[in-house]
Amino acid sequence: MIRTMRVGLLVTCLVDLVRPRIGIAAVKLLEEAGCEVVVPRAQTCCGQPGWNSGDRASARALAQKLIGEFEDCEYVVAPSGSCAGMVKLHFAELFPGEGAWLERAERLAKKTYELTDFLVTIAGIARVPGGYSGTITYHDSCSGLRELGVKSQPRALLEKMPGIELKEMKDAETCCGFGGTFSVKFGEISAAMAQTKCDRVRESGAGAVVLGDLGCILNIEGKLRRMGDEQTLVLHVAEVLTWER
Amino acid sequence: VQVASIHFKRRASEALRDERLQSTMKRFGGGFAEKRTAARTAFGASAFEDLRSASASIRDRALEHLDAWLLRFEEEATRRGTTVLWAESGDEACRHVLEICARHGLKKAIKSKSMLSEEAGLNERLAAAGVQPVETDLGEYILQLADEPPSHIIAPAIHKDLAQVSELFEKHHARPRTDDIARLTREARETLRPHFLGADLGIFRCQFPRRRNRLGRDRHERRQRPHVHDAAARARRDHRHRESDSDARGPVDAEPGPAALGDRTGHRELLLDPHRTEARGDADGPEHMYVVLVDNGRTRLVGSELKEMLRCIRCGACMNHCPVFHTIGGHAYGWVYPGRWARY
Repeated sequence: MIRTMRVGLLVTCLVDLVRPRIGIAAVKLLEEAGCEVVVPRAQTCCGQPGWNSGDRASARALAQKLIGEFEDCEYVVAPSGSCAGMVKLHFAELFPGEGAWLERAERLAKKTYELTDFLVTIAGIARVPGGYSGTITYHDSCSGLRELGVKSQPRALLEKMPGIELKEMKDAETCCGFGGTFSVKFGEISAAMAQTKCDRVRESGAGAVVLGDLGCILNIEGKLRRMGDEQTLVLHVAEVLTWER
Repeated sequence: VQVASIHFKRRASEALRDERLQSTMKRFGGGFAEKRTAARTAFGASAFEDLRSASASIRDRALEHLDAWLLRFEEEATRRGTTVLWAESGDEACRHVLEICARHGLKKAIKSKSMLSEEAGLNERLAAAGVQPVETDLGEYILQLADEPPSHIIAPAIHKDLAQVSELFEKHHARPRTDDIARLTREARETLRPHFLGADLGIFRCQFPRRRNRLGRDRHERRQRPHVHDAAARARRDHRHRESDSDARGPVDAEPGPAALGDRTGHRELLLDPHRTEARGDADGPEHMYVVLVDNGRTRLVGSELKEMLRCIRCGACMNHCPVFHTIGGHAYGWVYPGRWARY
């Protein structure tokens, strides 16, 4: 008998507040992969903004809250490379030398995954429920790519949909200019980088740019629209993988 | 160069509005990163990473006993007739060089590329003291004509386009304008030749004081043999006089690889000891050889949480891969090294 994996979905605050259908798509995908999904109701933020800005106290408090909410799950999965990266790589850094909390942070880190990475590497999902058809280009978001090695996993999943044609853009691995708080601290530079990224997206000729982090989605979509591009879709990979035909 | 990092936002903003710079930087974006990837693949990705880790640990080991290595270098170099001078700051390094110039009555200094001399503001100090510095790295030479600091540590004039170089050469060389790169390069060589022949002093960065305490540098940095060599050696580079040649080879091989140049420098040379009349001297060596070991804040990082910064081999790969650098260019950072270096 195949054992059901109990997966806690770390929705992430951006998904919750800006595009909740990505969270629902993530549930569908995890269930398709045979997981039992739990979504702790009181969850909020992984603490990244505080961590990246030197507000360790807030980041630490949020990390403790998240650890408490998710540690009874077998796995923790987030539809975001940067939030998964925060839990997996940086939570332990918030509790240096603190025996019990450090141990709990490390234990949680071990079982935390980015969504596509989890679906491919751990769950070994056989088929995807979506039926998207059209040309797409894939943007590799910084944290997922560089902290977690998310690169082939989303592409492998997208390949499972026969209607999709992947047209890789130039410099797919280059930052879109969002960079979390970077976009706030250095807005002008961020905007120029977003412009370059959007030029690359448009040069690819794809009808949609697909990616795995909502921060980058907001940045890229916002810039495309301000450039007058109302056509190019900006989609989270989970949306595409659950696309209703 | 005055440290102007505090004005980063304003300078970045200006760079974003500079259309010519923007168009030049867009062209820069392509090439370097791809070449690095190709070089890494050709070398073997895991062998490449092994070489990087090996180089890093050589650095780390040397830094742990930096004081001992430096003293050993001084002792051996002194025994061979080289004068070793120590400089706490860039200012002190400049004063050493000026004293050397005064002592030997030197009026023209020929230089190979040295970020350390940029950091110390050596050219300005030499000029003020009546010693003419002449840059011989093509990029640095272009910038000397333009009176600008480098914008990238291995490609100093990357922010200049062809037309800008043509204009500079036309103005300074008093020759008909050309946009042909081969002709421009020849023009630079022909202009620099008399400087090489007439220089009293050669200044270059020392890449790796090393085994038997000779100074190593890459072949492409060799231009001529002046009367006095003054190796502007960074204190932290002094780790390379290691027990075996294989140790010295690691970081040297690793340097151009990460920098995305693909081909490694084909030839390295060990500098000769100064010429001496007694049997042990090198007949072809310079009349005098000085090494200035410059700290300028570096040893403060030894043993600190930022000590990994001292592993930097100045290959420039970070700039070649940085989308922020590509977007605003090197001058926006306000110092010879972009990023946080200026703060430490």
